[in-house]
Amino acid sequence: MQALTNKAKQVSRKPMNFMEKMYLPAIFKGMMITFSHIFKKKPTINYPEKQRPFSPVFRGLQILNRDEEGRENCTACGLCAVACPAEAITMEGAERLPGEEHLYKEEKYAAKYEINMLRCIFCGLCEEACPKDAIYLSETFTPADYQRKQFIYSKNDLLIPHPKENPEEYQKALGNRPQKATSN
Amino acid sequence: MNITTIIFILLSVMALGSAIMMITSKSPVHSVLWLIIVFFAISGHYILLNAQFLAIVNIIVYAGAIMVLFLFVVMLMNLNAETEPIKNYRLQLVGVVSGCSLLLIIIMALNRLDVENVVEMKVGDGGLIKVLGMTLFKNYVLPFEISSVLFLSAMIGAVVIGKKDMIADKK
Amino acid sequence: MLLTVDLALLLEKLILVIVVVFTSLGIAMYTTFAERKVAAILQDRRGPNRAGPFGLLQPLADGMKLFFKEEIIPNFSSKFLFILGPALAMLTACMTSAVIPWGDKVELFGRTISLQIADVNIGVLYVFGVVSLGVYGIMIGAWASNNKFSLMGGLRAASQIISYELAMGISLIALLMITGTLSLKEMVVQQQHGYWNIVLQPLGFLIFLVCAFAECNRTPFDLPEAENELIGGYHTEYSSMKLGFYLFSEYINMFVSSVVMATLFFGGYDVPWFDESTLAPNIAAIIGVTALMIKVVAFIFLFMWVRWTIPRFRYDQLMHLGWRILIPLALFNMLATGGVILYFNK
Repeated sequence: MQALTNKAKQVSRKPMNFMEKMYLPAIFKGMMITFSHIFKKKPTINYPEKQRPFSPVFRGLQILNRDEEGRENCTACGLCAVACPAEAITMEGAERLPGEEHLYKEEKYAAKYEINMLRCIFCGLCEEACPKDAIYLSETFTPADYQRKQFIYSKNDLLIPHPKENPEEYQKALGNRPQKATSN
Repeated sequence: MNITTIIFILLSVMALGSAIMMITSKSPVHSVLWLIIVFFAISGHYILLNAQFLAIVNIIVYAGAIMVLFLFVVMLMNLNAETEPIKNYRLQLVGVVSGCSLLLIIIMALNRLDVENVVEMKVGDGGLIKVLGMTLFKNYVLPFEISSVLFLSAMIGAVVIGKKDMIADKK
Repeated sequence: MLLTVDLALLLEKLILVIVVVFTSLGIAMYTTFAERKVAAILQDRRGPNRAGPFGLLQPLADGMKLFFKEEIIPNFSSKFLFILGPALAMLTACMTSAVIPWGDKVELFGRTISLQIADVNIGVLYVFGVVSLGVYGIMIGAWASNNKFSLMGGLRAASQIISYELAMGISLIALLMITGTLSLKEMVVQQQHGYWNIVLQPLGFLIFLVCAFAECNRTPFDLPEAENELIGGYHTEYSSMKLGFYLFSEYINMFVSSVVMATLFFGGYDVPWFDESTLAPNIAAIIGVTALMIKVVAFIFLFMWVRWTIPRFRYDQLMHLGWRILIPLALFNMLATGGVILYFNK
């Protein structure tokens, strides 16, 4: 049959000659190959001590955002829940009462906000759907757990630390977020 | 009572006891294992008699090779009480008679034995490898070579039996 | 009359036995660690490095894990034999070291102590005897498991070990014809004054090496416990420390066969191009033991290196290699050696 490309390589079926039948040269060659690997660089990273930097577009655990004064951005509009292909997000809205202006940015807020991390596929559509920059995907993993119900993250688990009361933690949670925002 | 006598007695008890256990135990695998212990006791006796070569060869050949093959066969056949054929009365009688006559012969042979010097331990060098080699290859070359021919023929016989089907197929 | 034996000699030998057994256990322990580390390095990984500095406590952690695991003894197995199997495997693995000359002699408290537990004049045969008994640990354990896969694994192991023992023995006969002695100590002394036996018997060494791999059930010949094609071979039903004993005895066997090979073919505790007799005996002994240990470590590394290079044989290939290549080769080696000796003695 005519070969279509020249890539196919014919396997040699010649009977082995004496040197090949002894196998010893082949074994020696193989041993040299494995020996050379001793001096190769190891690609492994000692994980907990050293961590590989995440890519700026990495989509990890969700975070509910606050503004600079520490007020929650979320208005419980439900766009993220609608956008979510895995239907992982549920929420309940509530009206902001007088005197709660320092807690919530707008007059409606999410009284309950839950993400089921077992359903979440970390697609980032919630972040795209949000008109208020209230939810974004951070650069951390969802930690493992022993119970399924622990994976339903409530508002307390998701909210970013308060920027005024807890500025260090806030900066840590923010991570590379500002750069990400400017680079877009 | 010196230490060699004590060891001798211990080894003898071990040999006889495990020999009896070998005969009486129900499972063939256990019998084989008891027999191995008998071989060990006998090897111990050889060492006491200053015949180290014989002792170690006894272990290598009997305990290490022949009994392994025995164990192979016994394990693969899966022999147990159910598969054992029921022997009839006459056969049992024959067994008893022949066993008793063997016992009689052994007792008569023991009677003739000089029992004054019970055990002479650690004397003589007949069992040491150098002496044994000299004896075998100088005084007894012919019997030694004849027995080796016997082994060779047995080996060829085994090969022929093993290849029988193959030869038949070719024809 | 009973206590005619020299008490000091008894004590000296007892201490030597304890030291040798514990050293071989310790080395075997760290061989398990080295195995994982070498495997990792040859595969561009890092290997265990969590337990202790550089992971040096890993063998302890492994041992602890095995001790704390649940002990399962199959219902219909013969319980005594089931326990006897791993015990025998361990025992026979430890017994070989009795005839190895670890060094020349040391002078302590005005006594000259030979660094060999027993200088029997049939040393090599003793090693063979113990090795041939090693099969029982495997076979008894396999049978007592009352599991057909275990039994098949055990039979595979036993037939492999018996087959390779033959070639090993014949390859050694050629060596024995040169040395004219069966005592390992005398062999080392001969090699100190002449050439190492590897120079005189390269083919014999090669055959011996291959057979040693097979006897230790190491890769290319690790069919008895080929993890990924059998369920686990003869120790399928074993758990907890009894399994640990089987695995551990493999490493002791590896250590012991390395020592035997170093002693038979590489001059034992001899340092090449160097005359130890000019030094004080104690210093010479230390140098000798170190030299032997370096050779042993090199052999153990070779075992591991081969393991991560050469793939496993198929069972028929294994038998073909053993019976139809190695045994005729060993016989040829024996005849050739005999011919050469005869020619030079004329």
